[in-house]
Amino acid sequence: EDKEENESKEEDNGNQQNRASRRKNYHRKNRDGKKAREEGSQKKDRGKMAPTKDQKESENKEKKTTKRGKEGENKQKKGRKNSTSSASSNSSDEESLSEEELAMLKEQVEQKKKLISTMRNKPWRMVKKLSVLREAQDFVEKFEGALGKGKGKKLYAYKMMMAKKWVKFKRDFENFKTQCIPWEMKIKEVESHFGSSVASYFIFLRWMYGVNLVLFGLIFGLVIIPEVLMGMPYGSMPRKTVPRAEQATAMDFSVLWDFEGYIKYSALFYGYYNNQRTIGWLKYRLPMAYFMVGISVFGYSLMVVIRSMARNANESTADGDDDNFIFSWKMFTSWDYLIGNPETADNKFASITTSFKESIVDEQESNKDENIHLRRFLRVLANVLIICCLCGSGYLIYFVVKRSQTFSKMQNAGWYERNEVEIVMSLLGMFCPPLFETIAALENYHPRIGLKWQLGRIFALFLGNLYTFLLALMDDVNEKLAEEDVVKNITHWTLLGHHNSSAGNDSTGTPPPLDPADVPRGPCWETTVGIEFVRLTVSDILVTYITILVGDFIRACFVRFVNYCWCWDLEAGFPSYAEFDISGNVLGLVFNQGMIWMGSFYAPGLVGINVLRLLTSMYFQCWAVMSSNVPHARVFKASKSNNFYMGLLLLILFLSLLPVAYTIMSLPPSFDCGPFSGKKRMYDVIQETIELDFPVFVAKIFSYVANPGLIIPAILLMVLAIYYLNAVSEAYQRANAELKKKMQMQREEEKNKRNNKASTNPMLQDLEDLLTPSTKTESPPKQAEDKKIESPNGTSPFRKPGRGEVLDGSPMAGARGAAFTPPSQVFVTQPRTLGVWAPYPGQPRPWGHPLGPVPGRGRGQPCY
Amino acid sequence: QDCTFFTRKEILRLHGRYHEMAPNVVPMDYTKDPDVKLPMQLIINMPELKENPFKERIVESFSEDGEGSLSFNDFVDMFSVLSEMAPRELKAIYAFKIYDFNTDNFICKADLEKTLNKLTREELTAEEITLVCEKVIEEADMDGDGKLGFTDFENMISKAPDFL
Repeated sequence: EDKEENESKEEDNGNQQNRASRRKNYHRKNRDGKKAREEGSQKKDRGKMAPTKDQKESENKEKKTTKRGKEGENKQKKGRKNSTSSASSNSSDEESLSEEELAMLKEQVEQKKKLISTMRNKPWRMVKKLSVLREAQDFVEKFEGALGKGKGKKLYAYKMMMAKKWVKFKRDFENFKTQCIPWEMKIKEVESHFGSSVASYFIFLRWMYGVNLVLFGLIFGLVIIPEVLMGMPYGSMPRKTVPRAEQATAMDFSVLWDFEGYIKYSALFYGYYNNQRTIGWLKYRLPMAYFMVGISVFGYSLMVVIRSMARNANESTADGDDDNFIFSWKMFTSWDYLIGNPETADNKFASITTSFKESIVDEQESNKDENIHLRRFLRVLANVLIICCLCGSGYLIYFVVKRSQTFSKMQNAGWYERNEVEIVMSLLGMFCPPLFETIAALENYHPRIGLKWQLGRIFALFLGNLYTFLLALMDDVNEKLAEEDVVKNITHWTLLGHHNSSAGNDSTGTPPPLDPADVPRGPCWETTVGIEFVRLTVSDILVTYITILVGDFIRACFVRFVNYCWCWDLEAGFPSYAEFDISGNVLGLVFNQGMIWMGSFYAPGLVGINVLRLLTSMYFQCWAVMSSNVPHARVFKASKSNNFYMGLLLLILFLSLLPVAYTIMSLPPSFDCGPFSGKKRMYDVIQETIELDFPVFVAKIFSYVANPGLIIPAILLMVLAIYYLNAVSEAYQRANAELKKKMQMQREEEKNKRNNKASTNPMLQDLEDLLTPSTKTESPPKQAEDKKIESPNGTSPFRKPGRGEVLDGSPMAGARGAAFTPPSQVFVTQPRTLGVWAPYPGQPRPWGHPLGPVPGRGRGQPCY
Repeated sequence: QDCTFFTRKEILRLHGRYHEMAPNVVPMDYTKDPDVKLPMQLIINMPELKENPFKERIVESFSEDGEGSLSFNDFVDMFSVLSEMAPRELKAIYAFKIYDFNTDNFICKADLEKTLNKLTREELTAEEITLVCEKVIEEADMDGDGKLGFTDFENMISKAPDFL
């Protein structure tokens, strides 16, 4: 055994660099361990258990290493002595020898270091680990300095020191990083109470917050702050002043609450910005910056979403949908080791039981559909009903938006009339999902599929609402554009009239400027759109919070306290406590983000509002969950559906990109407000910058690049590239599937072989019994033969030892049979080490299931 | 620090927890390396382990004497293995130990039944339990000996999506 280990160690040394082989070695080591353990189990009568065996093994290793170290030491000493005593006599020979030794020593040191670094991965007892570690550290320290004697000694020592420092620094940095992750404690706390699925929502929220923070930084740093600091102050221009007619009420709260008055004419909205090309002493090109920031908001979001999606996809390929081990996995990995709350534990027990029962039922009757027609009919009916609902809600919103346009023309509209659109949309968002859920009960899908459907339907509802809203808004915008033309003329004439009237008084021709509040102005549709989005966002926030407060908190209070004097058990019966609605919350978050993306071009302050919203909802929802929700009865697997959320987010991002791009590309900007006023289209600002600020040849290059003759081939090229990559990935997938099939075949074959072997085992054993003695001596075969021949007699004196041997031999044969298994193992696991299947070493998954950290002990911040 | 997946601070905090459970037994000062062990009863009442159906097994498989009493080293070891940073291979080894109830280095049918009963709080009928156990063995047993060795277990568990 020792030799074997030695060998494996040598191999270890030999291909240290090669990671793959190292991994293989790891397997082998495990196998060795297993073999040893098997042997250990054979010697059960001696009372040797596996752990002790393990210990012994490790002890052996340790001894060996220390021995080796001592040897090395001696050698080193000898070498030194030699070198000092007979340095002159045979220097060349000596040097080569010492070189060799040096190399060996170096190797040993390296090995020790490796041992230190992999120490934490070894399944040893802590005491052993500590002692081995100390020994290894001593060794390394002792010989590290001695290693690089001669020319590179100092450099080597320095390098070593730096490496140590670097490691320490990295470690400290890791610590720092884990401490910097915001809300880690809070999320862990929630996770420990509600399992990983609810925590996944909060992690998503945190991610969202990070993205929004970056967007906020972009917009505030590059648009709003320059405008506030360097732009013209409030009141200097018509677009920066409240019109005379509104000034009386401009500071009223009710007006401000509708984002009219002073807020409308502030840097939060598009209309406030001036079309001056450069502002301030920095010559900051604000319109250009505005445009570029608007584009980069989308660019950054797209990049981030796609990157995290790709990362998730990489991770999710690890779990190939291998349905070979349904029961085994359920058995060994269904317990969520993060659960620390008795209620959650109860729920988990229940859900595990039901899932077991479900799969048992599935197993027992794989195909027994009693009334397929009825079910189909019900499903079709449900879909028809839901489509009706969707159409109805779409129409309702369209109708309401239309009506609101007439309301907006009336001067004395009440609060309800002004906020009708928001109210109706929020109400629809509140009541439609439960309605869908009721309808979905007709369909009788498996809950996971049902959840997907539900998510898809709510998504469609929200999307439909959003787009109807947008269409109605578009109508509004077109109307405003028509109106604008009229106003433009009026403004023009007023200004002209003013000039004329003042020209008479003042001979120099510089008329006293008309008070900016008095200038008639256009409707500025961009600001209107921005205000709509801001209002929608704010009302959404309010509705969400009120729902949480009423639906969760008040209900929980009611159930909790009225339960003492009620005729039935409220906690277990009808109202009970609310569950945390993950899917709904995630969808709400996603749609909110879509609105932010759409609105941020017209209302730069919107992102700031959203950042505040996410920040508060992090605390508020955490509190609400902890205080008034109960864990799910049915656990919704978060790890897999996360990419689903991301996909939704991507879809929304794309869909919100469309209207913004449309307005930028094809609608003329208002003539008297916003950074692009006076231009035909918004993107003209780029052309202008190129023409005026870049050298001529750059402008030429741009004009060539913008040529359709170049763009179309470029697009074609991209399409081709996509096609090619798609084909390649498909081929890989096919290869993957093939390999999987092969593995499966292998497994089946192996199993069959085993089964056959099990049946033929007795025969084999006999054969072996016959064979093994024959190689050793000559008399045992005779015994065996004798035994065989004389077995009917049963009185032979030779018989007993023979029998004994047979008995001894049989477990040996069994052990050997077991020892044969590893090769198959290698075959099965090898594809995985190639990296096609899975990153084998434990990757940190965002949401862990079994054997994850013990609750509250996650990244090291225990929370109790 | 090199032995575990924890930082110095975390280890100190763990020591705080360890001390907290039995303030009169565990000394605050560990420089003299005292030989102190806490009985299982105290450990499994920690909130992290309280609800775990395998708490006894977890503690037992990490304790040096196999009886369930943990020294501080074992205690740290346990949390180190259970922490997020530990690799799957290591976890697989300990998971195997945990599920191996009678410590014969195989997960046999009796072990499976025990596991299942703990997982479901004995709400399945006897037939269902035997069915599930048979299925498990059929699925995961590669060498056909009617019980799961560590290779079988590792092979099975390393493919599990939820195992971490």
